[in-house]
Amino acid sequence: MLALKLFWEFFKIGAFTFGGGYAMISMVKSALVDRQKWMNEDEFWECITLAQSLPGVFAINMALYTGFKICGRQGAALAMLGAALPSMIIIIAVASFIQNINGLKTVKDIFMGIRPCVIALILVPGLTMLKKAKLDKKKFWIPVLSCLLVCVFSVSPVYIIIITILAGIIWARRVIKN
Amino acid sequence: MIYLQLFWVFFKIGLFGFGGGYTMVSMIRMEVVDDYQWMSAGEYADLLAISQMTPGPISINTATFVGFTQGGILGSILATFALCLPSIILMAFVVALFFKHKESPYIKKPMELMTPVVAGLIISAAILMCDKESFSSILSFVIFGGTVVAHYFFKVNPILLIIVSGVLGWIWGII
Repeated sequence: MLALKLFWEFFKIGAFTFGGGYAMISMVKSALVDRQKWMNEDEFWECITLAQSLPGVFAINMALYTGFKICGRQGAALAMLGAALPSMIIIIAVASFIQNINGLKTVKDIFMGIRPCVIALILVPGLTMLKKAKLDKKKFWIPVLSCLLVCVFSVSPVYIIIITILAGIIWARRVIKN
Repeated sequence: MIYLQLFWVFFKIGLFGFGGGYTMVSMIRMEVVDDYQWMSAGEYADLLAISQMTPGPISINTATFVGFTQGGILGSILATFALCLPSIILMAFVVALFFKHKESPYIKKPMELMTPVVAGLIISAAILMCDKESFSSILSFVIFGGTVVAHYFFKVNPILLIIVSGVLGWIWGII
């Protein structure tokens, strides 16, 4: 059953994604688009844009919308469960037996290796999206500006998203008038 | 009742938490440490450290953890479910409206504009994660560069990359 396979893919992803929702983008694309070919790239990036623009946990939004695209409501539900379950199981296990995990040198070493990998895995989809945005001289300042606002001026992404939606609506009106 | 409180707190966060995991984590802290005083700032910091180290979205991990400490397994399930519920509800609206009117300029133009903006936001998330701790040795830079090349150009499976970098980090620690 497709929905069950979807659950399993997201379960695997959920079990190995360190570094938060954005790090999952690489994994989900690898699994759903490249390997399983359950959706094409355009559909995938559309889901990503949606997931980011709406409130809620990004990873959950991503699972819901890609799951829905592939397999309707069942897909959405199972994708979401697959994404959330490994976290929950592991956290409950850890919380039940809190040992000083943080202190173990081996754990520290492993995470020392994983951190730069995760940062790179977050960066790559950003670069791919840049390519997809088909920037030209007129538009290249958009991603630079949004990045600058967040990194240098600590503007919350919330405001950036709201302004983008408003700007997009104004743009749509101009297009309609013409 | 603690279960109702847990549900309410995390439902609010799922509804108003734009901007990703770290925004949510601050919001959770305000509720859990300041408003409800379920734990001290120090205890929350420890909880956060573990949530970061375990796989999965940090907000999910944090919700599960807080829910567990306050209400056992039922608490953890309730808290996590409450966090996800706004997304589920919203999706019903989005599916009904968005997918029906996908061709309208009012949907197309904002989405078109959103793509480069989101690209910038994602890249900024990567940049904000860079600190001395993440790039503590030559190996870090090698892993970073290697991952970018392997994943961007050769589409190597990210799970494999994470395992390899974890193993490399462990070996480096032994040498």
